[in-house]
Amino acid sequence: MEQKALYDYLLLLGDNPTILGQRLGELCGHGPELETDIALTNISLDLFGQVRNYFQYAAEVAGNGATEDSIAMLRLEHEYKNALLVEQPNIDFAHVICKQFLFDVYHQLLLNELVNSKNDQIAAIAKKSIKEVDYHVDFSSTWMQRLGDGTEESNEKLKKAVDFLWRYSMELFEATETETLMAEMGVGPDLNTLKPLYLEKVKEVFALSNIEMPEKTTFQFGGKTGRHTEYMGYILAEFQYMQRAYPNMQW
Amino acid sequence: MENNTRDLEAEFQARIDRGENIEAKDWMPEKYRKTHIRQISQHAHSEVVGMLPEGNWISRAPSLRRKVALLAKVQDEAGHGLYLYSAAETLGISRDELVEQLLDGTAKYSSIFNYPTLTWADMGAVGWLVDGAAIINQVMLTKTSYGPYARAMVRICKEESFHQRQGYEIMLALCNGSEAQKRMAQDALNRFWWPSLMMFGPRDEDSPNTEQSMKWKIKKKTNDELRQQFVDQTVPQADILGLIIPDPDLKWNDDKGGYDFGEIDWDEFWDVVKGNGPCNQKRLDDRNAAWDNGKWVREAAIAHAEKQASRRVSKSA
Ligand SMILES: [Fe+2]
Ligand SMILES: [Fe+2]
Ligand SMILES: [Fe+2]
Repeated sequence: MEQKALYDYLLLLGDNPTILGQRLGELCGHGPELETDIALTNISLDLFGQVRNYFQYAAEVAGNGATEDSIAMLRLEHEYKNALLVEQPNIDFAHVICKQFLFDVYHQLLLNELVNSKNDQIAAIAKKSIKEVDYHVDFSSTWMQRLGDGTEESNEKLKKAVDFLWRYSMELFEATETETLMAEMGVGPDLNTLKPLYLEKVKEVFALSNIEMPEKTTFQFGGKTGRHTEYMGYILAEFQYMQRAYPNMQW
Repeated sequence: MENNTRDLEAEFQARIDRGENIEAKDWMPEKYRKTHIRQISQHAHSEVVGMLPEGNWISRAPSLRRKVALLAKVQDEAGHGLYLYSAAETLGISRDELVEQLLDGTAKYSSIFNYPTLTWADMGAVGWLVDGAAIINQVMLTKTSYGPYARAMVRICKEESFHQRQGYEIMLALCNGSEAQKRMAQDALNRFWWPSLMMFGPRDEDSPNTEQSMKWKIKKKTNDELRQQFVDQTVPQADILGLIIPDPDLKWNDDKGGYDFGEIDWDEFWDVVKGNGPCNQKRLDDRNAAWDNGKWVREAAIAHAEKQASRRVSKSA
């Protein structure tokens, strides 16, 4: 039972970077400048590196012949536990940055707690990942300010992105049963304690970016319990394509 | 005055002959500068356009390990583009000007990237053959006379040879795999073999610039010599993979100590150079779209930087 909960928790930890990394991978070669291409590719690379750590461990925990790849690529859509935020499309650079920022701030707070996890492996993965994610936060919050403060057009575009994406932010803090259990066991944090810190940081960066906090938002939930948006199936169609078309092969 | 220039040119050539590097601030003949701007920027454009056919498989890589490696590779190529644009900028032209030349179709880039990547095996074939062919050119360029270009090449070559091994390793995994994987590998070799040979450019008798390039040490070997070197190095690698090179005329020649091989389809070569390859239009459209869609982002970054600077000034005033 505990093993099952741990396995589920590793999916919760690994699925967000998987789907966000996948979204970032779509941008490669299509960014506004070479420097941003390099940075976004690098973030994707970091995220997939973290995913491999989580899923290699999950494969051990599962102990049924599962591999990092079968876990990453051979589940059904409703078995993925990523938040809805990370599956949102790369509509424009403002959406890319805003989505990244809203996730990065959460990710940093999460990892800062996970380094003290009672589960040594999770603590070790968090320790390795935190430096990377510190850089991600730097990158996305700097770009939030550039876009928000830059031109009227860029401010307008960022506002639109914030208005659209903010509704997906609070799901990150909506604890699933697994997360509640892990918090009780000292494996993961109590997400409720992270929320005020998150709001504080987001407000600070929004202010520097001339963006107002959206009011009266109807928040959207469901991804973490397997109910995704219409985008998810298409993401998986690409992500899983080779594993589905050529099952049980070595690459 | 004319005498003066002739002296300068003689001294310039003497420096090159002595094996000295020419640096950005040194006097150089206008033709040397122009040739280098053209060549270095073409090389930079190739790195950047080359991101597209490989980027095409990032979201579909078959395993996490391969996905990470491919992301890293494409990221390296973007980095190569950056160093090379910087090297070109030392010659007194801006990156934006060079990018404009790419986008409006006046600048060239390596034709190989005008071929599509249709299967995962193409990621193997591109690394193995395309990076492999690129290295042969680039190792030579580490000794080129223009210092900034030569130094960029040293750095780039290390990464390219890593890419080449990585590509070969993808092929090896496929060739050790199922029938479907082997077929995929053979098909990729069939499609990329001839375009890879074309990467070395026209036959020697059709490349009028070779002599001047040799004098300036941009080239130490001719196109045909380099092509021969590539064939000789690659055929045994294909043998190890158990793949067949799609050339019925390929045969070991004891006398020359190398392979004889068939004639390149030069009509196809010139067609692709002139913009009529399978993906020329798509590659340019993609680059143009990225540039156009990024315009407001670049403007925002500049506007923000200017505002920051003036805020700093008014604070300190
Ligand atoms: Fe390169
Ligand atoms: Fe190259
Ligand atoms: Fe390369």
